[in-house]
Amino acid sequence: MDLNLDAPHSMGTTIIGVTYNGGVVLGADSRTSTGMYVANRASDKITQLTDNVYVCRSGSAADSQVVSDYVRYFLHQHTIQLGQPATVKVSANLIRMLAYNNKQNMLQTGLIVGGWDKYEGGKIYGIPLGGTVVEQPFAIGGSGSSYLYGFFDQAWKENMTKEEAEQLVVKAVSLAIARDGASGGVVRTVIINSEGVTRNFYPGDKLQLWHEELEPQNSLLDILNAAGPEPMAM
Amino acid sequence: MTTFTVPIDNGDSVKIAEEESQRTLYPYVTGTSIVAIKYKDGVLMASDMGGSYGSTLRYKNIERVKAIGKHSLLGASGEISDFQEILRYLDELTLNDNMWDDGNSLGPKEIHNYLTRVMYNRRNKFNPLWNTLVLGGVKNGKSYLGMVSMIGVSFEDDHVATGFGNHLARPILRDEWHADLSFEDGVKLLEKCMRVLLYRDRSAINKLQIAKITEEGVTVSQPYSLKTFWEFSSFHNPTAGAEGSW
Repeated sequence: MDLNLDAPHSMGTTIIGVTYNGGVVLGADSRTSTGMYVANRASDKITQLTDNVYVCRSGSAADSQVVSDYVRYFLHQHTIQLGQPATVKVSANLIRMLAYNNKQNMLQTGLIVGGWDKYEGGKIYGIPLGGTVVEQPFAIGGSGSSYLYGFFDQAWKENMTKEEAEQLVVKAVSLAIARDGASGGVVRTVIINSEGVTRNFYPGDKLQLWHEELEPQNSLLDILNAAGPEPMAM
Repeated sequence: MTTFTVPIDNGDSVKIAEEESQRTLYPYVTGTSIVAIKYKDGVLMASDMGGSYGSTLRYKNIERVKAIGKHSLLGASGEISDFQEILRYLDELTLNDNMWDDGNSLGPKEIHNYLTRVMYNRRNKFNPLWNTLVLGGVKNGKSYLGMVSMIGVSFEDDHVATGFGNHLARPILRDEWHADLSFEDGVKLLEKCMRVLLYRDRSAINKLQIAKITEEGVTVSQPYSLKTFWEFSSFHNPTAGAEGSW
């Protein structure tokens, strides 16, 4: 069995950003893999850039970390010079600048920038490979997102409440984890609005079960003891 | 060109790779065909709003036709991030032109020439902007329509098409285009081309915009969808005569 522990750390990943009536909800899984081995089963892929702007990272773990570190640094200076919080649009554009200008350097990271500012309210920007910027009411990314295009086509609605939006994100990440080997672990969400930022954490046992998934047990012995007279009979 | 050196166990270094700082790349998020024609009052340009990511129809709200200054329309197929960069270059160009504050403004011919130089020079450095651009405009009553490819091939014509449009739209345009088309006939002609592309181009989506440029200025239509026809009798039961065939 080839574990290939020297393979570059990549975040298979499922990342999501959704706008709602008043702000945005960002969501992600927590699996970082090195080849077939899960290097980190509880990573935090939703990274802070400023008080009001966060970014969901996918693709190469190293590339996405370095890009967000640079942008956090630039935004910090920008905020000081500007004298007020940076806007989501500026944050997205800085990410775009690094993504686009490092195309030839084989930068492998797809990002979703989300946040709230006083000019535009809640905004989501998708920045796929290549450095295109697309402002969207919702964005999905990472390898797990392949399983969610149809789901969102059907389930997305404008002007959801904060609770509806978060439920949608949690459900979607959970569905992607069910089918994408490169996504897994827990579901993390970050809600950003005029009032501030809220981080939430949903471990597997807090999520609903999907097709062919079974209720987790402590042991077979519990099932055998709970069941009737002939539990092992065919 | 820089060289990477890597220290190996015994302390010696080994030259392992030379960085290719100038290489032809590959596109990631792409737009499909642009179709454009000259008509009585100026130029009409049609495109769909799709951004494909390989075979996935990933983005469905991308505007691939943009106004440039007062006199031009730029449509692009190919890599969207390169198109966005070209729009930034043109922003800078038009801004600097305006700063002269001399009443002059860049016309479509000048913009087309600028783009041709940019595309050709990048091609010579083996680092192309992965686009085929369509430049249409009207200045001082004269209509202009031209295109530039990623390798710097540049020309003007009465009707142009990029990507799949080269194969599917051009024959229709050659047959049915004529000088002094009315706005209605022009739109119908473009829609005929766009419908064929919708049937036959896998990367086409049914959400399009038609942009118009005249002496008065630029208008880009709202996004809309075309009706499609599926009621040929032979479509209903194509294998009826030979069960098991396709």
